[in-house]
Amino acid sequence: MTRLPDDLSIDLHYWMRLTRTMDDQLVTLWKQGRGVGTTFNQRGHEAISVAAGMALAPDDVVAPMHRDLGCYLVRGMTPRRLMANQLGRATGVTRGRDGNLHGCGDLSLNLIGFISHLPQTMPVALGAAMSFSYRSEPRVALTFVGDGSSCAGVFHESLNLAAVQRAPFVVVIENNQYAYSTPLHQQMAIDDLAVRASGHGVESRTVDGNDVEEVYGTVEAAVAKAREGGGPTLIEARTMRMLGHAIHDGAEYVPQALLDEWEARDPLLLHEEKLTSRGLVDREYLARVAEKCREIVADAVEFAESSEWPDPGTVTDGVYAA
Amino acid sequence: MDSTRTMTYIEAIRDGLRTEMRRDPDVLVMGEDIGGEFGGAFKATKGLEAEFGPRRVMNTPMTELAFIGAATGMGLMGLRPVIEVQFADFISTGFDSIVQYAATTHYRWQAAVPWVIRAPADGGIRSGPFHSQNPEAWFVHTPGLKVVAPATPADAKGLLLAAIRDNNPVIYFESKPLYRSLRGEVPAGDRATPIGRARIAREGQHVTVITYGEMVRQAVLAADGLAPEVGVEVIDLRSLKPLDRDTIMASARKTGRVVVAHAANRLAGVGAEIAADVGQTAFEYLDAPICRVGGLDVPVPFSPPLEDAYRPGADDITAAIRETVAY
Ligand SMILES: Cc1ncc(C[n+]2csc(CCOP(=O)(O)OP(=O)(O)O)c2C)c(N)n1
Ligand SMILES: [Mg+2]
Repeated sequence: MTRLPDDLSIDLHYWMRLTRTMDDQLVTLWKQGRGVGTTFNQRGHEAISVAAGMALAPDDVVAPMHRDLGCYLVRGMTPRRLMANQLGRATGVTRGRDGNLHGCGDLSLNLIGFISHLPQTMPVALGAAMSFSYRSEPRVALTFVGDGSSCAGVFHESLNLAAVQRAPFVVVIENNQYAYSTPLHQQMAIDDLAVRASGHGVESRTVDGNDVEEVYGTVEAAVAKAREGGGPTLIEARTMRMLGHAIHDGAEYVPQALLDEWEARDPLLLHEEKLTSRGLVDREYLARVAEKCREIVADAVEFAESSEWPDPGTVTDGVYAA
Repeated sequence: MDSTRTMTYIEAIRDGLRTEMRRDPDVLVMGEDIGGEFGGAFKATKGLEAEFGPRRVMNTPMTELAFIGAATGMGLMGLRPVIEVQFADFISTGFDSIVQYAATTHYRWQAAVPWVIRAPADGGIRSGPFHSQNPEAWFVHTPGLKVVAPATPADAKGLLLAAIRDNNPVIYFESKPLYRSLRGEVPAGDRATPIGRARIAREGQHVTVITYGEMVRQAVLAADGLAPEVGVEVIDLRSLKPLDRDTIMASARKTGRVVVAHAANRLAGVGAEIAADVGQTAFEYLDAPICRVGGLDVPVPFSPPLEDAYRPGADDITAAIRETVAY
């Protein structure tokens, strides 16, 4: 069992709470008809996205995916910019060009934005890692893929290339049991996704994706190994997507018993229990953090909703770099 | 004696699938999330697994390149797979197996590849750059493929029947904005719409608008708005490859003024081919330059004001008609 420094454990909690608060707010906005397009549910993924983001050094590069709101936040993308992107405003990360978390890249934050086609971001993140080797920089690149995405050819091509290149590359599979409506057993004939690594000569680990400290410890070790020239690692983090694929999806196809089982292991609440039982924080502290997060998210909504829409006259701007 | 039923565009697609699956045990459907109670991202295949079982309604992993390639192999063995790519945008993940393998096989060694890819295309629904595309030009540019794009529920069913029965790889572009917003009469049972034959959606004397998919609805709206001063003839192409050149040229010769419209970006789009062909073939009948209406040369933007600026509609078609008529 991983025991992290106390202030780090407390920090992990803060970012998970902020992620949860923002995700809850997104669900509410869409239910109230204030959303634009769609939004991807994050509930269940907070520990993985936050811990992996935190385990990286500031110079490392990360390509988060559609369930990694926590990682964007941890890496310094502000709730205001993210919310404005969700609502299609000119002040959003993509200036209204792309929606929800898609395209939320910012190289000044060492963040690479993703496209829908899964997992096309994986080789791109690998390329960042290869550029670090090329320039002998002690940096690491990390990306996430879903269980569904791990079936795709480009996943395997990327792992193979990463292994051959001994690239400083870490891949976190967020195994949330489903790819949209399709359960694991209809996607693949294995139970253990980490075995995908061995056929490519890549080391792997399997972690409880709802234990933020375990995810952190495992990613941190993989990142350290990569930085020292030890090559890539594949980490399977097991969790459950607690809501639908995206906001429109009621996920009636998920058995209630499965949800109940994972609800009892909510990553945020598990960590709160851990912190209180260790005497690191009390209930009052947790309430204060929750309140602070609500304020931050309320401010982000206020900012986004009062932001300008993009000017239609600019629609062709930005297709090409200068 | 044919009876008809009124249904939405997407119900007509489902009716077409069901009709063919009942008729021919070699027809099966495959794709992501299409099975079970769920019945696909847009519910086009809802209820099919209950009737035909999981053998014929095959849920696949998210691996377009593998399952489109596999459909080619199944086609070579005489099956008729109907593939659903979840969004037309994701068809690019299977590109090699479509444009290199399936499309060239019959030319090279005379083996037929009778699959259909159903591609939910088109935008206007705030879905951003990767869930809004109209990639038909890639495939019209590929020898060996056929490409269809129904604009009505009747053709959604009729063209699907024809596509499934065709012995070639056919890409069937569905227009998402029509799925539930367009209802129409659909012949019951077995009435295929022949591939390669356009339809005059509306007759007129002064100007011809050539279009397909959801833009047919926009063109008819534009035409209604200009009537009775301007008589607009709207041609619904239905099939983009092969093109019904006879219908196109006859109308161009009749009206002498032509507008070509599509939602896909205009640059090097299907409309460019049609405009060039009409310009060359019906040159001496034309009274005005051929006018093209299409999307801008940018990724389909997400935010509503940007998407509206990107995407042509009835107003743009109206403006193009006025310009052409005023020439
Ligand atoms: C190449 C490709 N095909 C289809 C889709 C449509 N799609 C979006 S998410 C998704 C399921 C992804 O499952 P997984 O990789 O497990 O990630 P999760 O959404 O569960 O986090 C599908 C099929 C896509 N994004 N990309
Ligand atoms: Mg998944």
